[in-house]
Amino acid sequence: MFKKNLGKWLISWPPTVYLLIFFAVPALIMVGASLRFPGDYGGLLPLSHVDEATGRTIIDVTRDNWRDFFTLENYTRLGSDAVYLQLFVKSFGYAALTTLICLVMAYPLAWLIARSDQKIRDLLVLLVILPFWSNFLVRVYAWMIILGPNSAFTKAINLLLGLVGIAPQTFMFSPFAVIVCLVYVHLPFMVLPLYANLEKHDLSLLDAAQDLGANAWQRFWRVTWPLSLPGVYAGAALVFIPALGIFAVPDLLGGTDGIMIGNLIKQQFLESRDWPFGSVLSIVLTVSAIGLAGLAALIGRASTRGGDE
Amino acid sequence: MNNKKLSPWLWTSALAVYAFLYIPLIIVIVYSFNDSRLNAEWVGFTLKWYQVLFNDGPMLHAAGNSLLIALVTSAAATLFGTMAGYAMYKFKLRLLPLLVLTPLALPEILMGVSLLIFFVMLNMTLGMVSITLAHISFCIGFVAIVVRSRLAGMDESLVEAARDLGATQWQAFRLITLPLIMPGVIAGALMAFTLSIDDFVITFFTAGAGASTLPLQIYSMIKIAVTPEVNAISSLLMALTLALIMAASKLAPGVFKAN
Repeated sequence: MFKKNLGKWLISWPPTVYLLIFFAVPALIMVGASLRFPGDYGGLLPLSHVDEATGRTIIDVTRDNWRDFFTLENYTRLGSDAVYLQLFVKSFGYAALTTLICLVMAYPLAWLIARSDQKIRDLLVLLVILPFWSNFLVRVYAWMIILGPNSAFTKAINLLLGLVGIAPQTFMFSPFAVIVCLVYVHLPFMVLPLYANLEKHDLSLLDAAQDLGANAWQRFWRVTWPLSLPGVYAGAALVFIPALGIFAVPDLLGGTDGIMIGNLIKQQFLESRDWPFGSVLSIVLTVSAIGLAGLAALIGRASTRGGDE
Repeated sequence: MNNKKLSPWLWTSALAVYAFLYIPLIIVIVYSFNDSRLNAEWVGFTLKWYQVLFNDGPMLHAAGNSLLIALVTSAAATLFGTMAGYAMYKFKLRLLPLLVLTPLALPEILMGVSLLIFFVMLNMTLGMVSITLAHISFCIGFVAIVVRSRLAGMDESLVEAARDLGATQWQAFRLITLPLIMPGVIAGALMAFTLSIDDFVITFFTAGAGASTLPLQIYSMIKIAVTPEVNAISSLLMALTLALIMAASKLAPGVFKAN
């Protein structure tokens, strides 16, 4: 009995302790940092100082002066300036649009893979995953080439626009470039859960619907789509959450118009050196992203239950 | 059963999506052999960008750093991740699954900045060590999931048979379970290696001024200008990743399947 518990202890504690130290504790420290004041030279305002004469560390926080060290001001600051709210709304908009475009592009592909011959199915799935395994920055860089002012793509589009009498456009450093690249890097996250769902569908339901006189659109909208909602919500969460927190894509492709909340966070930690406010932004970002994903999952579950009836 | 023909419209749209996925990468590779500074028009074949790359001291140094970090990360994350995967499969635990799965669901930037605060608070100099500690932390979960799914597909009666024949719990693990889950463990190790060598966001926040990795070096180059040297390093990275994936799928067929 003791031996059995020892084995369990030995095998589960090393990873638990590691993740506590290098994941959970830092996350909690960040929550603490969001309640503190920034230091004079970046970082955080220290809670203690070392006495030069004795070399001892002296804690400065007391029951009376804790208000000088801890504050909710970093949170209220978020509401005080419309700029921050606008940036949040914009980032949510970009992430939502990315999710929607990914869904529209992924659905036919996932359906095709799920209905294709077993022999080529694995190959088709692998072909979706492969680009995802190439370096993230390489995939962003590819779009810097394609959308660059001298690229064949830009020239061809502008030639077409010229025919209809529209002035030449630039694509780099714009919200358009950001969205295209966000779709590109996140598309596989939408295809895979959709495929996993669509593969399990019972096709005789479609036959039944057809026998009862449903046309192609009705068969999709009343049978396939409701059944696929769990896959849709899973894919949406997998695209939306990382897209919302991204900073490299707007940093490299967005210019000044295309920045997102991730850029503001990066700026707080590296340029402004205002860690408390940066922590607040990261926490609000994470909580709202997870909250939305959780909400989507709940709606998904509720709507599938509705579909069973 | 239902063998309805897939409509040509469906094939066309799927083909368009595959083109969307692959054309950008093909462009990067093709231009790495182009004899022109601009990634715009095809001028002629050259290998000079690869030559430039192999004479770029800081880039090679960064590549060395990335390799070292990825090797250490892969070894440590495989050890911890296998333990975690096994523990999660074998025992009813509450804390560990939470710790393993949560990081995978959070925006990467959150882990990056929280580790930055943490390391600076500990008065650690940011550099190779802090990057490696951070990488191990986010790779454990991926290894654990691969190992656990491998364990779930294992025939538990083999272990029971070994135990009935007098093997101790440790012997049963070492002689039966471990060889059976080995493909999963190796696939997990390769996955951790790839994730580590590719990581940008978490590395960006935990690197400080002390050390550069390949993605950080690429980032600082493309932030300034587009140059074909980046195409060359990108193409080599793609070849490396492709080789690793092929190795992983040979060792553990099905690891990269959707479900």
